[in-house]
Amino acid sequence: MTFAVPSQAMPTPSLSGLVASRRRLGLIALGGLGAACLLLAVIAVGQGAVAIAPGRVAAILAGWLTGNGAALEGRDVLVVLNIRLPRVLLGLLVGAGLAVSGALMQGLFRNPLADPGLVGVSAGAGLAAAATIVLGDRFLAGTLMKLPFAVLPFGAFCGGLVSTLVLYVIATREGRTSVATMLLAGVALGALSGALTGLLSFVSDDRQLRDLTFWSLGSLGGASWTKLSAVAPIILPLLLLMPFLARGLNGLMLGEAEAYHLGIPVQRIKAMAILLVALAVGASVAAAGLIGFVGIVVPHLVRLWVGPDHRLLLPLSALGGAMLLVAADIVARLIVAPAELPIGIVTAALGAPFFLWLLLRRTSLLDV
Amino acid sequence: MSTGKASHPQVTAGSPVSRPSRRDALAALGLAVPALSGLLGAPTFAQAATDRIVVAGGVVTEVIYALGQQDRVVGVDSTSLFPAEALRQKANIGYVRALSAEGVLSLKPTLLLLIDGAGPPDAISLLTESGIRIERIADGQTPEGVAVKIRAIGTAIGAAEPAARLADRTAASFRELDDLRSRLGRKRRVLFVLSLQNGRALVGGRNSSADGIIALAGAENAAAAIEGYKPMTDEAIIAAAPDMILMMSNGGNHRTTAEELFALPAFSQTPAAAAKRLVHMDGLYLLGFGPRTPMAARDLMASIYPETTIPPLTTGAVP
Repeated sequence: MTFAVPSQAMPTPSLSGLVASRRRLGLIALGGLGAACLLLAVIAVGQGAVAIAPGRVAAILAGWLTGNGAALEGRDVLVVLNIRLPRVLLGLLVGAGLAVSGALMQGLFRNPLADPGLVGVSAGAGLAAAATIVLGDRFLAGTLMKLPFAVLPFGAFCGGLVSTLVLYVIATREGRTSVATMLLAGVALGALSGALTGLLSFVSDDRQLRDLTFWSLGSLGGASWTKLSAVAPIILPLLLLMPFLARGLNGLMLGEAEAYHLGIPVQRIKAMAILLVALAVGASVAAAGLIGFVGIVVPHLVRLWVGPDHRLLLPLSALGGAMLLVAADIVARLIVAPAELPIGIVTAALGAPFFLWLLLRRTSLLDV
Repeated sequence: MSTGKASHPQVTAGSPVSRPSRRDALAALGLAVPALSGLLGAPTFAQAATDRIVVAGGVVTEVIYALGQQDRVVGVDSTSLFPAEALRQKANIGYVRALSAEGVLSLKPTLLLLIDGAGPPDAISLLTESGIRIERIADGQTPEGVAVKIRAIGTAIGAAEPAARLADRTAASFRELDDLRSRLGRKRRVLFVLSLQNGRALVGGRNSSADGIIALAGAENAAAAIEGYKPMTDEAIIAAAPDMILMMSNGGNHRTTAEELFALPAFSQTPAAAAKRLVHMDGLYLLGFGPRTPMAARDLMASIYPETTIPPLTTGAVP
C-alpha cells in the first residue's frame, strides 16, 4: 500500500465532508439501480414465449392504464395483462422481499451465512407444502381439493409462520431473544423438517415426487392478480419499515449490549425483524416455491459495493433482489420456450458465477 | 370461471405495488422495448384460423399419431416419447405437470388436450381464462380404461369414428390376450425394477402401472406387498422370490446386464438368478396404457413363459 503520511499542507477531509460524499454515493446508487430495475421490468413485460410487437405491448399497457377498453382485444391482451404483468410484479416483490430478508438476517445474527431460511420459515413452509402435495390427495379429496392451488400456498405460509414461532419461543427467555440459540435451534428444526419431508417423499408416488422436485426449485409461473393481491400486503410491510429497521441494525452491529446502551430498542427490533421476515419469506415461498440464493448473495453483492450501512444496504438489496429475480425469470421463460425452466436453477446459475468473480476481483479478504 | 371474458382483464385488481411505477414504466416503454424485443419477430396471429392442437400426455400423443391426425398437432409435452418423431417434429411444451401458460399460448392452439394430472393448476386456470378449448382425458390403466381413453381423444379432436374403430380393435386384442392368459399354467412371479441405484432396487408395487401390465401378462407381481414405486430391501427381494426381473430399456441409458444384476446379493438368491431371467422392455410401450398395451402385454407374456408358445396377436391395434 502506498499510504503517504499526510503532510501538514494537505487538509484531512472533514467528517461532515465524508458523510456528504457517502450520501451522494448512496443517492446515485439508489437512483441508478432504481432506474435499471424499472427498465428491466419493462423489458420483462415485453418479452415472452408469445411474440407480441413492442408497439402492441405499449398500446395494451396504455389502454389498461387509461381504462380505454377499445385497445383491449385479443389473446395477446390476456398474455400481457394477466400473465406477464402479474408475473413481473410478483418477481419484483418476491425478489425484493427475499433479498431484504437476507440482509436483515445477516445483520441481526451478525453472521454472513445467515439467510431467510434461518428463522425456520423455509423449512416449515417446505414441510407444509410437501405435506399438501403428498397427503393432499388422500385427505382433502372431494372437499378442498377443488382448490388445490389455494391449499398449497396457504399451507406453506402457515407452516412457515408456525415454525418461526416455535423457534422464537425456544430462543426467548425472560423477554430476551438469544440469536445464537435461535441459529442453533434453526439448524435443528431444519434437519427435523428435512427428515419429515424425506418421509413424505418416501410415501409419495412418482407424480407427487416430481411435483415436490419442481416446487423445491421455485417458479413464478403461477402468478396471477389474485395471488399478487394476496402476497403484496404481506411482503410490503417489510419493505416499508426498512428505514426504521436500518437504524436499529446499524446499532446492533456494535454488539447487543452496546446497542442497548445507545438507546436502541434491541428486543423490539429483533422481534419485529423476525416477524416481518417470517411473513415476507412465508408469502414468497407460498407464491413462488423455494427460491434459494437470492437472500444470501444479493445483500453480499450490495455490501461489497456500498459497505455495511443498513440505510443503503436494505433498499439497494431490495432493488438488487428484484432485478435478479426478474432477470432470472426472463431467462427461465425464454430459454426452453414453450416450456419453462424452474427459476431456482437460473438464479443460482446467473448469480453464483457473478458473485465468485466479485470475490476473486477483490484484493483483500472479506470481513463481514 | 367464464371463458369468454379474455378481452376484459381485471383492470381493477391491480396490486398497490404497481401503482407508482405504471406511468413511468409506460414512459420508458416507448423508448426501451422497440430496441430490445425485435428478437422474437413480428406477431403472426393471422394464421390462427387453422386447427392447432397442443397435447399434454404421452399416451394422448400416441393415440393421435395412431389415428393419423398428427399433422394437426403443433406442440407435445416431454413425456410424448412415442412415436419418436413427435418430439422431433413438434414444439416441446415441457413436463406434463409443469406447463407454462404463456408457452402453450405462444403456439396459438385452438385445442388443448390434457391427460389426468396435467398442471400446474395455476397454468391451467390461465389457459382456461384465455378461452382456448380444453379437453381433459382420463388416464385409465385397465383394458376398459384404454378403450375409454381412445374414444375420448377421438371425440375431442373430431375423429370419433376412426377412434371407435381403434378402440374396438384394442378391445379385441385385449380379449385375445385374455384367451392366451387363460391357457397359462402356474403363474410366475415377476419383479419390476424401475431403477437400481447403488444396488438399491426401486420396484413397482401394487397399484403401480407395472403391476397392471404384469397382471395383463398373466403373471403375479412379486412386490405386491408394497404400494406404488418404492425401494425394496434386499431381504424382501429374496423373500419375494421372483422368477423373472423386468426392467425398462430407455434409449441411451446404461442397461443393467444380467451378470451385474444377479451378482448383487439380494438378486443372486432368487429363482430369477438361477434361470438368469432378466428382461428389458421399452418404458412407454410397457407402461403407457395406450393402443399398444395388448401387444406389450403379449410380448411380456412371451418372455415370462418362454417354454409356452404364445402366438402374436392377430388383431393388431395399430394400423
